[in-house]
Amino acid sequence: MNHDPFQWGRPSNETYGAYNHHIANASVRETDHQSLDNFPKMNTQQPIITGTSVISVKFKDGVILAADNLGSYGSLLRFNNIERLIKVGQETVVGISGDISDLQQIERILDELETTEEVYDSDGGHNLRAPHVHEYLSRVLYNRRSKMNPLWNAIIVGGFNDDRTPFLKYIDLLGVTYGASTLATGFGSHLAVPLLRQLIPNDVDYVNVSEEQARKVVEDCMRVLFYRDARASDKFSLVTIKRSAEEPDTSYTFNFEKELKVENQSWRFAKDIRGYGSQQQ
Amino acid sequence: MNATVASEYSSEIHSVPIEHRFNPYSDNGGTVLGIAGEDFAVLAGDTRQVEGYSIQSRYQPKVFNVGDDIVMTANGFAADGAALIDRFKNQLQWYKFDHGGKKLNIKSAARYIQHLLYGKRFFPYYVSTLIAGLDEEGKGAVYSYDPVGSYEREQCRAGGAAASLIMPFLDNQVNFKNQYEPGSDGKKKRELRYLTLDEVLELVRDAFSSATERHIQVGDGLEILIVTKEGVRTEYFDLKRD
Amino acid sequence: MFRNNYDNDSVTYSPTGRLFQVEYALEAIKQGSAAVGLSSKNHVVLVALKRNAEELGSYQKKIIKVDTHMGIALAGLAPDARVLSNYLRKQAMSSRMIFNRPLSTSKAVLSIADKAQENTQSYGSRPYGVGLLVSGYDETGAHLYEFQPSGSVLEYYGAAIGARSQAARTYLERNLDTIRESDTVESLIVHGLNALRDTLSQDVELTFKNTSVSVVGKDIDFTIYDDEDVQQWLDKLDSVSNARNREEDDGADEEVAEETAATDEAVTSTTGTGAASTDAASGNDAPAPSTDDRMETDE
Repeated sequence: MNHDPFQWGRPSNETYGAYNHHIANASVRETDHQSLDNFPKMNTQQPIITGTSVISVKFKDGVILAADNLGSYGSLLRFNNIERLIKVGQETVVGISGDISDLQQIERILDELETTEEVYDSDGGHNLRAPHVHEYLSRVLYNRRSKMNPLWNAIIVGGFNDDRTPFLKYIDLLGVTYGASTLATGFGSHLAVPLLRQLIPNDVDYVNVSEEQARKVVEDCMRVLFYRDARASDKFSLVTIKRSAEEPDTSYTFNFEKELKVENQSWRFAKDIRGYGSQQQ
Repeated sequence: MNATVASEYSSEIHSVPIEHRFNPYSDNGGTVLGIAGEDFAVLAGDTRQVEGYSIQSRYQPKVFNVGDDIVMTANGFAADGAALIDRFKNQLQWYKFDHGGKKLNIKSAARYIQHLLYGKRFFPYYVSTLIAGLDEEGKGAVYSYDPVGSYEREQCRAGGAAASLIMPFLDNQVNFKNQYEPGSDGKKKRELRYLTLDEVLELVRDAFSSATERHIQVGDGLEILIVTKEGVRTEYFDLKRD
Repeated sequence: MFRNNYDNDSVTYSPTGRLFQVEYALEAIKQGSAAVGLSSKNHVVLVALKRNAEELGSYQKKIIKVDTHMGIALAGLAPDARVLSNYLRKQAMSSRMIFNRPLSTSKAVLSIADKAQENTQSYGSRPYGVGLLVSGYDETGAHLYEFQPSGSVLEYYGAAIGARSQAARTYLERNLDTIRESDTVESLIVHGLNALRDTLSQDVELTFKNTSVSVVGKDIDFTIYDDEDVQQWLDKLDSVSNARNREEDDGADEEVAEETAATDEAVTSTTGTGAASTDAASGNDAPAPSTDDRMETDE
């Protein structure tokens, strides 16, 4: 028996002719250049390895972002050590969900950006901050979508505005952008945003929220996401960027916490769930 | 080779990939509205941005003062709208460099936007565009566009998600369509007149609070940009958030 | 006319390690009329002397706006400056477009320096024949840079380029401390014009037609004063002609003496450090030229 998956269940070539491999369309099989040229250019049509939600919230003196460390291959838990929060410049964090290879491409683009920034700012003082990173990424993603070759991601940028107020904005693979005091990508926009908005009903209300309050709700969100999002894990990273109370104009702390665990898990609710698996009633 | 039996597989045409296209557009909801008065013009939009049934943001302004006392909005697919407005602002700055800081009049702005839109005729900006300002005589002007640049000057125009709800209301209240003089037995049409700014603001607020009731993509806040000979000013009103 | 065998192109060194074509380009700057720049902590002022090719012709533009926070003054080949300013405008605009932030002055000036340097190292190209003073106000404060066709850029508190600019530099050096401590735009402009007038040739004086002034700084967008708008600044000077001329005509005419009263303290306290006494009047011409005749030149 021929064990090539393409041959499974196939009648013999002598009778029916050769199998047309283009039907499966996994990739270009031929290696000679002529056939590669004849084959149409292929762009990303779907993400392969994916990261799930990024969630984020503003508070009085800064922002918190969180994302778990899982890279899924469909329903397979393929990687459990993917870092999806990226520090850019001194005081900005970028949280990325969606395709992991595109995430790594964006990571390289941002790296290059930082290098160029240093070359032309040898005297210092011109800092790459969150609004600048956000604008730049929105151009990158919009231009890629306009070439019909998107970077398959949804991104949240957190940091400070030029006037040192907290900054939080979103970009996705279409180039759509928006800002709010509570933001989440993917499943998080359904499961986490309602919880976050309970803390901050109006966008301006973040000024009444302390870091502790914000952090507690973010941890709650990560737990709820782990319960209900089948592509989420209970291992996550969390970044807190906070300006100091004494010198808000110049001083801030950037706290990157890795390998956090979703705490206080309780699966008692699971036994009451009906309608899934073997318990149909 | 000997004769082969025809099968579905072997009759597949070679080298034609299965098409599965990425959709470069989405609909971010929201609605906008422009009304021209005798010596003013307003351009209003709600501040909600949606994707499907999710509210992405409750305050994401989409009406902008683009300079030279011209206000502009491009409602529909948010990324295209933002890109169009950014390109226009940029071109306006070049116009100023090239013409020694001369003010761009709204007629020229209107024609230029047509070219921006038609330039992407075969990959259009998925937006309904409105601009408002004052013309050379100081009269209020509103220009409206379809996604590929067809445009006209009008007294009023609604665009976006709730356009079909608001536009008939405007026909009746701004252009007095289907209004007749009392006692004329439907023979004599009510005479047209310019509305005052206060009347227009009342109309705009009614239009948006009604649209908020009936359209799920409209709500949260209403931002009105008002152009008079004194310049551009902004007013904000809350809308229902449900 | 060859100076030597090593100036046929800009890419060949002379045995002594010089690039003659580049040095000739620096000479081209000196052919142009003077431009002066000076900065205090929060503001940068550019002033420049405009020339007209003939009496019936218009004056060559000397100060060009790049963005709301940046502008340049030029000396040398004006068309080259236009190409460079156009490039700067594009850079400034794409910085706002792509990064949502104004272009920093240092990055702007380095970006044109890179362009200029390329010309010194590619066969068949000509170095830019223009020097620029780049003024800008950004998040690190007010900055003044001098750009040269060699591709070198340096930051200055006070700089002057163009014909007889050494005289202006001398003035700036002598008054550096008061210039740096200027807290008003007015005193900065007056110092700039004082420096500029020292570059004037014998029979020329500053008029609203041949003088350009610009300012940028904290809470002030880049603004150019030309033509009639310059008069307000010229009125604040004790004299609109060169110090050397005034010494020669000493005591000849007292017409402008009362104008010294209008100058602010900062200026009167510093004029003494210049080469000349303060109130000597200019030549025989009345200081304020007629405003109705646009064709009249400044002799």
